[in-house]
Amino acid sequence: MSIIVYTESENGKFKKAALEVVSYAKSIADQMGSSVTAVVVNADDLESLGNYGASKVLSIKNDALNTFNAKTYASAIEQAAKQEAANVIVVSTSADSKYLAPLLAVGLEAGYVSNVIEAPSSLSPFTVKHTAFTNKAFANTEISTDIKIVGLSNNSFGLVESGGNASIEDFSPSLPESGVNVESVDKATDKVSIADAETVVSGGRGLKGPENWGMIEELAEVLGAATACSKPVSDLGWRPHSEHVGQTGKPVASNLYIAIGISGAIQHLAGINSSKVKVVINTDAEAPFFKAADYGVVGDAFEVVPKLIEKLKAFKAANA
Amino acid sequence: MKILVCISHVPDTTSKINFTEGDTKFDINGVQFVINPNDEFGLTRAMWFKEKQGASVDVVNVGGVETEPTLRKALAIGADAAIRVNTQATDGFSVAKELAKVVSEGGYDLVIAGRESIDYNGGMVPGMLAGLTNSNFVANCIGLEVDGTNAKAVREIDGGKETVSTALPLVIGGQKGLVEESDLRIPNMRGIMMARKKPLTVLEPAETGVKTKAISFEKPAPKGAVKLVDADNIDELVSLLHNEAKVI
Ligand SMILES: Cc1cc2nc3c(=O)[nH]c(=O)nc-3n(C[C@H](O)[C@H](O)[C@H](O)COP(=O)(O)OP(=O)(O)OC[C@H]3O[C@@H](n4cnc5c(N)ncnc54)[C@H](O)[C@@H]3O)c2cc1C
Repeated sequence: MSIIVYTESENGKFKKAALEVVSYAKSIADQMGSSVTAVVVNADDLESLGNYGASKVLSIKNDALNTFNAKTYASAIEQAAKQEAANVIVVSTSADSKYLAPLLAVGLEAGYVSNVIEAPSSLSPFTVKHTAFTNKAFANTEISTDIKIVGLSNNSFGLVESGGNASIEDFSPSLPESGVNVESVDKATDKVSIADAETVVSGGRGLKGPENWGMIEELAEVLGAATACSKPVSDLGWRPHSEHVGQTGKPVASNLYIAIGISGAIQHLAGINSSKVKVVINTDAEAPFFKAADYGVVGDAFEVVPKLIEKLKAFKAANA
Repeated sequence: MKILVCISHVPDTTSKINFTEGDTKFDINGVQFVINPNDEFGLTRAMWFKEKQGASVDVVNVGGVETEPTLRKALAIGADAAIRVNTQATDGFSVAKELAKVVSEGGYDLVIAGRESIDYNGGMVPGMLAGLTNSNFVANCIGLEVDGTNAKAVREIDGGKETVSTALPLVIGGQKGLVEESDLRIPNMRGIMMARKKPLTVLEPAETGVKTKAISFEKPAPKGAVKLVDADNIDELVSLLHNEAKVI
């Protein structure tokens, strides 16, 4: 019996979500009396996974895997799962993990549940809790297959250091024809992506135009946050579609979500319900977002945001 | 080109979500059902292929008879024929297996599914369908061109996008971006009349075996009231975020 996790990395470095899936898998392993094996692709600093609970690392180094490809990656993980006789496979809910997991499920005839937010409530039957109805509810779902695939929501479990060590083995799966060839990638590499971010600063139509996004970016920078927006903002072309949050955009599961000049329409809230702490800045005290928020400021963004930036800078300087 | 568009029948976004029978069943009382928004973008893109490049477009749903109005709506928008696989959609894998049978028997070149349906949000049916039919697959697809049997697609990734080339047979998980929202179609009178005469075939399900089962549902605990901070007292907000919420 073993648990396999797929740990994502970027430019050789593990993503936070990778350490989170290892922490999560370790908690299941402790309950099951088994151990965690991490599958990594072209990453360095492999020892760090031991600290989060992996006891073994299968390290794949292959230049053919430098760009992500769902089918080849799924096949590599499938081969690792077979070698280790894995019963549970944990992946994250990044765009890439969600892309490969269904293919992996078919390859292993495994039941797969995505958007899982807690450790299993029971191992037999294997039952996990996940978000449903676009974050308006939760479902408790049983997986009845021998091999179970769990897609863990980012920032839902957190990082747990266990101070262990991992043994490292090279792993060389045979790679199938990919069928899908990456021609070009267009990605802001210096920015925190919404999926990984612990804090998200988001602007709506209340900001009046793209020229006013300077203060949103500055606030995000002070907080080490990702920037996001409501749907009309991306429809109007003020911001790229990849920043659009909500039912038809990206889901956000950050620890802190700051919504500025966003009304809080149900379709927008659907995307951010699983964020933990929500702050709203809006001129309209009746904006529906105040009902969903933890903290609110009724006020003009053009006055409040510069003040908030100034206060946060002072706070950071004092707490540095 | 033979296109199949997978249509999920889902509660309208603004629906109140409730459960019955001891929180084990979704309560459909008073809920309006619609074509899943992600599928609507795909259906409209399929119409574009039909009109600009010559393609036939079938739509399919795995579900009970109650989903037929949703399929008729897709016909009214312009699909040529509809298929309903007569079984309750209980988990992503079994839905994908039913769809895979329709795809293989119908010999489709391009299958357009939605990124995820807004009820269970599993986001797994398109990928599983691609795996089961041995087709190429592009998830989170926000742009698609087909030239003969070659396809170029754009996929949304975390923090940006990626352009890929691939070939038919192809399955995509599509979403907003495939077409402009202003191009989404509302069925007109003529479409609705024509839809009545278009074929809607009911197929009986295969024996597939469900792998996952939702056994109960919960709603989030009611939220406490928002704490309002005066716009002239932003220090207090910073202090609350630090001391109380512990997020900075
Ligand atoms: C099927 C469907 C799917 C959808 N999917 C999404 C989705 O994924 N994501 C999404 O966001 N929307 C989505 N929508 C749209 C959604 O219903 C709302 O229209 C949208 O979220 C509103 O965006 P907004 O709050 O930025 O703009 P507005 O509604 O224009 O609100 C702007 C807010 O800014 C405030 N404001 C104005 N000036 C200032 C100022 N100077 N300082 C502070 N506050 C100010 C106003 O009081 C107002 O509350 C969807 C709609 C449908 C029908």
